Amino acid sequence: MSEALSAALALLIGLDSKLVEIVLLSLRVSLSAVAIAALVGLPLGAAIAVGRFPGRQTVIVLLNALMGLPPVVVGLLVYLLLSRAGPLGALGILFTPSAMVVAQAILILPIIAALSRQAIEDAWREYEEQLCSLGAGRVNAALTLLWDTRFSLLTTILAGFGRAAAEVGAVMIVGGNIDGVTRVMTTTIALETSKGDLPLALGLGMILIAIVIAVNAAAYLTKELAQRRYG
Amino acid sequence: MSKASILPLRLAEVSFAAGGRTIIDRVSLEIETGLSTIILGANGAGKSVLMRLMHGLLEPSSGRIDWNAPERPGVPRKQAMVFQRPVMLRRSAYGNVAYALKIAGIPEPRRAALVREALESVGLSHLARRSARVLSGGEQQRLALARAWALHPEVLFLDEPTASLDPSATREIESVIKAFDAAGTKVVMATHNLGQARRLGDEILFLDQGRVVERSPVEDFFSKPQSAQAAAFIKGQLPWI
Ligand SMILES: Nc1ncnc2c1ncn2[C@@H]1O[C@H](COP(=O)(O)OP(=O)(O)OP(=O)(O)O)[C@@H](O)[C@H]1O
Ligand SMILES: [Mg+2]
Repeated sequence: MSEALSAALALLIGLDSKLVEIVLLSLRVSLSAVAIAALVGLPLGAAIAVGRFPGRQTVIVLLNALMGLPPVVVGLLVYLLLSRAGPLGALGILFTPSAMVVAQAILILPIIAALSRQAIEDAWREYEEQLCSLGAGRVNAALTLLWDTRFSLLTTILAGFGRAAAEVGAVMIVGGNIDGVTRVMTTTIALETSKGDLPLALGLGMILIAIVIAVNAAAYLTKELAQRRYG
Repeated sequence: MSKASILPLRLAEVSFAAGGRTIIDRVSLEIETGLSTIILGANGAGKSVLMRLMHGLLEPSSGRIDWNAPERPGVPRKQAMVFQRPVMLRRSAYGNVAYALKIAGIPEPRRAALVREALESVGLSHLARRSARVLSGGEQQRLALARAWALHPEVLFLDEPTASLDPSATREIESVIKAFDAAGTKVVMATHNLGQARRLGDEILFLDQGRVVERSPVEDFFSKPQSAQAAAFIKGQLPWI
């Protein structure tokens, strides 16, 4: 055990090229996924927050429920979509990083949309009369709220990133865990552990934990800063 | 900007019901240009709801509310409202006023001068960069007035603008309200401060349980109220008279 630990540290300190490659791919996939999910999820959250349309309650309940989507189920659905016989099979991106981005984006889209909807709606309740009094229409109001809740939204995005970086089921299914192509931190940890190669798994595990801690610290500090500056 | 005045404002048999209760009960009245109108009435009489109806924040359950020049969506409003509890956006004091101008369609290059002038008029220039939400209650109330001032509205609704302020802050707010009046803005204000009603008002609109019971010039209202309710209200507020 301690041997494995020191070997893991050696990999980390020596910036082992295989380890670095895996970490960079993980970051690339999860950051792309979070960017796509935010681009779609934030406007969606804002629209649901200020919109008035039939079935709004149902949409909110569904969205909240989708936050708990099991990654393997998302992986399975995306696999079916992208597999050669599937509706999007022609794209030919199954078992590539692109497929992993798609799967993670779908996984965290409900998280970003639901949490931002909540934050924006809370602010809307406070702002509604004032914004209507000034004559801001709904689209303007939504844009205003997106800007005014920017710190909460940033924590929302970080939460999405944390979830994407730590999930294993979806990327495992649609990426296939191919060495040097689609192998990311979580899938490598799963594989290496089962093979008994602990140093690489441990090293990646430490990096993963460091990333999760850093993301949470960033989220916390953002909230603090916003609280102090804007009350 | 078109010259047509949005006044007079006409309310015809306006009622508002919520939660199974009638809150505004068949109110018909006309708000003309000029005189400052003070709305008086006990807690829960319906002052805030009536002003929200006039300002278009609430839809009447029945009856009609007509401005002389109807508002159209997308066209800047010529009326503003300052609420009982000011709502500040998560921006600087400057940013809050600039935002109102932006929504009113004032092009960016012209905003800075208007914002500065508005902050100046309420004595908040030195706090322009401060985040609006950390300002004191009195400062926030003045900022809310500055936001309205920058818009140069034709009609300004004020809902107890000095409710929780100390006497000196109250005086400052009152002088800003007088400046609005002097600049030709029609002021419609709810207050519980009868001294303030006399200082700022020309006429009193007295509400009791959602009904307009009395409307008369300020002096007449206090010296010879027409209705038993108004007489009781004045006696309750100023027992020494
Ligand atoms: N949206 C609403 N739903 C249900 N009841 C409401 C609503 N808004 C106001 N009311 C009720 O209507 C009545 C009149 O409220 P309003 O705020 O106009 O009183 P007010 O005259 O402004 O009183 P105050 O002097 O305390 O400010 C109150 O009894 C209030 O509880
Ligand atoms: Mg009120």
